[in-house]
Amino acid sequence: MKIIVAIKQVPERDAQIRIDAQAKWIEESGLQYALNESDAYALEEALQLKEKHGGEVVVLTAGPERVGPTIREALAKGADRAIHINCADLGARDALGVARLLAAAVKPENPDLVLTGLQSDDLGQGQTGVILAELLDLPHSSLILHVDKTDSGLTVKRELEEGWFKLIELPTPAVLTIQSGGNKLRYATLMGIKRAKAKEVRTVTAAELAVDAAPVVILERVALPQKQKSTQMIPGNPKEAAAALVEKLKFEARVL
Amino acid sequence: MSGIWVVIEERDGHVSRSSWEAVAAGQKLAALTGQAVNAVVIGAKTEGLAAEVATKALGKVVRIEHPLLAAYTADGFTLALQQFFAVEKPEYAVFPHTYQVRDYAPKLATRFGQALIGDVTAIADGPVFIRQLMQGRLNGSYRHTGNGPCFVSVQAGAFRADEAQAGAAPVSVFTPTIEPAQIRTKPGERFRGTAQTVDLGAAQRIVGVGRGIKDAANIPLAQELATALGAELGASRPICDNGWLPMERQIGSSGQTIAPRLYLALGISGAIQHLVGIKGSQCVVAVNKDPDAPIFEVADYGIVGDLMEVVPALTEAVKAAQQ
Repeated sequence: MKIIVAIKQVPERDAQIRIDAQAKWIEESGLQYALNESDAYALEEALQLKEKHGGEVVVLTAGPERVGPTIREALAKGADRAIHINCADLGARDALGVARLLAAAVKPENPDLVLTGLQSDDLGQGQTGVILAELLDLPHSSLILHVDKTDSGLTVKRELEEGWFKLIELPTPAVLTIQSGGNKLRYATLMGIKRAKAKEVRTVTAAELAVDAAPVVILERVALPQKQKSTQMIPGNPKEAAAALVEKLKFEARVL
Repeated sequence: MSGIWVVIEERDGHVSRSSWEAVAAGQKLAALTGQAVNAVVIGAKTEGLAAEVATKALGKVVRIEHPLLAAYTADGFTLALQQFFAVEKPEYAVFPHTYQVRDYAPKLATRFGQALIGDVTAIADGPVFIRQLMQGRLNGSYRHTGNGPCFVSVQAGAFRADEAQAGAAPVSVFTPTIEPAQIRTKPGERFRGTAQTVDLGAAQRIVGVGRGIKDAANIPLAQELATALGAELGASRPICDNGWLPMERQIGSSGQTIAPRLYLALGISGAIQHLVGIKGSQCVVAVNKDPDAPIFEVADYGIVGDLMEVVPALTEAVKAAQQ
């Protein structure tokens, strides 16, 4: 099975966020970046499918030069090769524009399966995989926790709300968006890191893919959220704060 | 292009709560734009659902009905709505931001060369659509600039279901053309993962654990506090993903919805998937090392500090208060 995993590099979860001078996005200088969490699960699912059924795992990402280490990390975990769509204006493209880039890179590869994470930790739109399926004219399913290969295609476990699940059968080739938590993530081994250095990373520029980049949806401005409640912050060392909080829960909020 | 169409979702034979919220969002959009607001229901048998929807202040209610729409599939729902919208040419299409909508609305929008503005929390003049970024740490203002319908889905709880205004709407039927071969996926019946033995929904006090607990070995610290409070222990998704607590203790959109008198969030940053599950809590207390964590925006009381120090101190203080 030939599997393409579309991954995204995003700011680290704990990164300090500062809004940029134009209030259009966050200040990117000095930010630490990491592999998007659900994309890590998509990669893990791909690697496990390859271990069971053989084949090839190709990672695909769009982004500027800084995505290099994230590609190396995926290769070190076991992906066979990578395609980097070098794109400095990723943030100016909407979900459809980004999916168009990815689709243009996927098409000539003719994969049996395309996996992506469910959503990115930065924009959180959760649309890339679904749009990609439509652009490639492939069946898809989203929020997938488990993938089984069958004689006729795949049986996947889809998460629903409030603890419910559904099994869905679909033919291959197909696109799946993977939910976090379905597998245990592996770490890159020293040997893996060493081997990754020799693996192929093919770079293609966004311009070469020649897709429509004009956005139909624009992010005009970002702002810090306003508080929904007036939060009483309780100062003091842990012992003082704990005593003051219990006092307030008992006599002010009356919930103890 | 004209009009606003709200796409209604069914839950257990009735209009889902989040669909009423989407109706309220559609009416808000109608007030801002001066457009008429209508609704569609989709399925194989939609008469009852349409009758429910027709009790609201809507221009029209349309039943999109076809035997192949009995079970939800992305292919079927996309095809049906594509054909309907091709006729109606709406200016706006409004959806509840459910797992089902996330599965097909981006596909539908793509057919019209548009992109969904998903998980919207507010609609302002313009119209400008507000949605959260960076795990709830930022708000983004989005505007639709495309030449085609504007597709929007609204976050659960962002609009009030009881604000959907009452009225009486005429009902009509639209029959899409769907061939069995066009539906490529085959869904099974829904099922529960494991028997739910923990009903967090009924608990009066809950202690929730998040990433800030750092290690499985630290879970007992939270358990001791829960025991002292007579509280149930719950967790955010990553804790259950890691297997540090069982899945049945997960709070949030993919886990349980809670409504306790007291919810104590330990090391939970407050991603929206968690916050939608705790909305019914009467009193929320947050302990987190990051003073900018979004959880503090919804908390009544907050302590900024190290869980390893604050949690044992809280356990002691609770025990002392009980003596």
